[in-house]
Amino acid sequence: MDLIELSRLQFAYTAMIHFLFVPLTMGMVFILAIMESVYVMTGKQIYQDMTKFWGKLFGINFALGVTTGLAMEFQFGTNWSYYSHYVGDIFGAPLAIEALMAFFLESTLVGLFFFGWDRMTKNKHLAVTWLMALGTNLSALWILVANGWMQFPIGSEFNVDTMRMELTNFAEVVFSPVAQVKFVHTVSAGYVTAAIFVLAISSWYLLKGRDIPFARRSFAIAAVFGLASSLSVIILGDESGYEMGDVQKVKLAAIEAEWHTEPPPAAFTLIGLPNQETETTDYAIKIPAVMGLIATRSFDQPVTGLVDLKEQHRERMLNGREASSLMQQIRAGDKSPATRARFEAILDDLGYGLLLSAYAADPMNPTEAELQAAVDASIPKVWPLFWSFRIMVAAGFTMLLLFALASWHVAKRTENKPRWLLRFALFSLPLPWIACEMGWFVAEYGRQPWAIGEILPTDLAVSQLTEGDVLLTLGSIVVLYSIFVAIEMWLMVRYARKGPSSLQTGRYDLETGASQEA
Amino acid sequence: MDYEALRFIWWVLIGVLLIGFVVTDGFDMGVASLLKVIGRDNEERRIMINTVAPHWDGNQVWLITAAGALFAAWPTVYAAAFSGFYFAMMLTLFALFLRPIAFEYRSKIDNQQWRDRWDWALTTGSTVPPLIIGVAFGNLLQGVPFHFDDLLRLHYTGSFWALLNPFALLVGVFTVIMFVNHGATWLQMKTEGELLKRAENSSAILGLVAAALFTLAGIWLWLGVDGFHVVGGLDTQADSTIVGKQVEQIANGWFINYQRWPLTWLLPLIGILGFAGSALLSKMRRHALAFVASALAIAGTIVTFGLSMFPFIMPSSTQPNHSLTLWDGTASELTLLIMLVVVLIFVPLILGYTAWGYYVMRGRVSVQHIRDNSHSLY
Repeated sequence: MDLIELSRLQFAYTAMIHFLFVPLTMGMVFILAIMESVYVMTGKQIYQDMTKFWGKLFGINFALGVTTGLAMEFQFGTNWSYYSHYVGDIFGAPLAIEALMAFFLESTLVGLFFFGWDRMTKNKHLAVTWLMALGTNLSALWILVANGWMQFPIGSEFNVDTMRMELTNFAEVVFSPVAQVKFVHTVSAGYVTAAIFVLAISSWYLLKGRDIPFARRSFAIAAVFGLASSLSVIILGDESGYEMGDVQKVKLAAIEAEWHTEPPPAAFTLIGLPNQETETTDYAIKIPAVMGLIATRSFDQPVTGLVDLKEQHRERMLNGREASSLMQQIRAGDKSPATRARFEAILDDLGYGLLLSAYAADPMNPTEAELQAAVDASIPKVWPLFWSFRIMVAAGFTMLLLFALASWHVAKRTENKPRWLLRFALFSLPLPWIACEMGWFVAEYGRQPWAIGEILPTDLAVSQLTEGDVLLTLGSIVVLYSIFVAIEMWLMVRYARKGPSSLQTGRYDLETGASQEA
Repeated sequence: MDYEALRFIWWVLIGVLLIGFVVTDGFDMGVASLLKVIGRDNEERRIMINTVAPHWDGNQVWLITAAGALFAAWPTVYAAAFSGFYFAMMLTLFALFLRPIAFEYRSKIDNQQWRDRWDWALTTGSTVPPLIIGVAFGNLLQGVPFHFDDLLRLHYTGSFWALLNPFALLVGVFTVIMFVNHGATWLQMKTEGELLKRAENSSAILGLVAAALFTLAGIWLWLGVDGFHVVGGLDTQADSTIVGKQVEQIANGWFINYQRWPLTWLLPLIGILGFAGSALLSKMRRHALAFVASALAIAGTIVTFGLSMFPFIMPSSTQPNHSLTLWDGTASELTLLIMLVVVLIFVPLILGYTAWGYYVMRGRVSVQHIRDNSHSLY
């Protein structure tokens, strides 16, 4: 593997491990806030115990979220230094704002959430919990503003004198439609994750016949919260599809394995085997018109296929090669206004010029084979996107079904919930994590070959390190994270098994011996 | 407000964030460094850990904010420092990994061996970062071997081992002592009995050692480290072009600013007197004042460092003209302005709720408190 692949692998690994913990944190804070609100309103002790017990599990998870989050902030600088220089003027701002506006709030209040119970009034503690939830979710907003800009860079322009992108319109960056849709989709996915977590573990207690009142109440809150959240994820996911059709055409076409532009409205390929060589999808099962509807919200607009998009990229590379050459002239001291005017006119294609330069020995005169290689590399590999997207959607709808059934039984106030439903909930435990990881994979792998969409190619963005350097750090991180995750899972299972008895209040089954199991 | 003023303000703000980091996270790291030294048994160590338990996470955000602000306000500095000091940064990162989980997991299992391992993790995770940060700052004073190419891509030509030179190690050790002393003054305000006595004794020694090492580093800087000096070609209002200026290396270059503005000699003096004062006040059992003196010493130290290097942030030893300064290593004017507004709104809020958090958790942590809340505390 070369430097670029190793750097990407390190980023992908650290990001995906980080996102095992983040969605649970984002959702748990709200579930905790809801439980504590019920406690404050009704004064019933059991709801405070619920807040404290689920809070314990939240804490075990939160610690690794913080740990793995540190790596995320460091590694743009350590491993993607040209990226940091090239777009830090825009990308750095939301990260810094995240720390100032959100992470400070979350981290300061999380200490008071755990250790402040006896130090303040019920109402104050409840306010702390809600503000912690607010901080956590604001965090996600700013991270996704930054990520949204990587996908769809707006509100900025290239400055040839400083050799970087510079901010021109901050509001455009913050209110980028991609960022906003991503934000709601992602936090809702977090709520779903936490809802499944609480639902599955509560179902396990119910199956075991343990701590029934505690588990039933937890089950009810998780079911209803999860139903609302999973509807939100799916609706916003559909909105994402619409946004993509607008501004990230390549990613959309790759997810759907839409090789050729079909006459509108385009059919949706349910499943099939995308083949990059022949630019076709083998054994495709199609549903007429559905994709055109999702992506364009119309019957008459086409969804551009990958083959046609590649042709557009070819044109832009030929323009971009001139932009890149003019840029070098200007940096070498050419002050003529004509050069600058021409450069500004074709500046939009500069990124394609930079992309081409990695494939051509002489970027000004690429051979036909070199140009073709660059054009082929201008779209991501299709089958991983096609399949990860479908796995995400399938997991999403399964969870929606589960929440709907669970909420139905909660609403009916069923005395004993059917055991198949409880088992369904228990075995759904991995689903939200699978969906979240697949979703991020689609978002980030689907952005390739760009670090910043159509502006900065990934292979240019890396730090000038050796392969050995990155291999060593990647190996160390894998070892450390594996140990951490193993310990975390072990503690999580241990505390989940103990259940509310771990609070040592003397009120729960393992302590009183009331459990059927005991 | 013009570009030059914004750039200067951001130089001050990064300094403020660094001071915020060391004054807050510094004491919880210092406490963790002392864990095995003055915490004789599990209960004492639990007391020490629980004095910082509600605060360490919020404190650590000062570091995260400093790094984020570096990214936003000085993107090229962030890129150059983090990739140039690659292994140093990664080691810091790995050490920092250990802290959140060690704090959170240590008391989750009632087992001596389990706790012992997490104690080591906590101490390592809290001692290695100040050591490496100090070493990195020591290297900044000597210049770092890097240059830019035509596309302004950064090329670092040094090695990790070269960072560990005697002067940088001195600064590293000094930084650890500064953190540990700060932690000891914190423990004076938050503990009782034997533990309190040991914390007082620790500061009484460490404060003096810090004052001595700080002075020693200053003398070494005067005698043995060449400073950098901008000769020309640097326009404080222009775009951040980086490579157009002329810089030379001269003996005693890091003292030019003090010679130009003699009143600034007060800054290192505050550092030395602050450290010595924290030692003296610890001996006199004036616990809160000792903490304040230590905090003042930290601020004095960081400002002294910044002013010595002004206007440099990261000088290049191999291509001095490519050195990064606060005038040409910055983000665009618009970004600096927006970030300034954000800071002006949120930093007062942060200080407000942080102060409230400390107020809520005020008072000393007793053995009885640990015994009574064995299952909810760290």
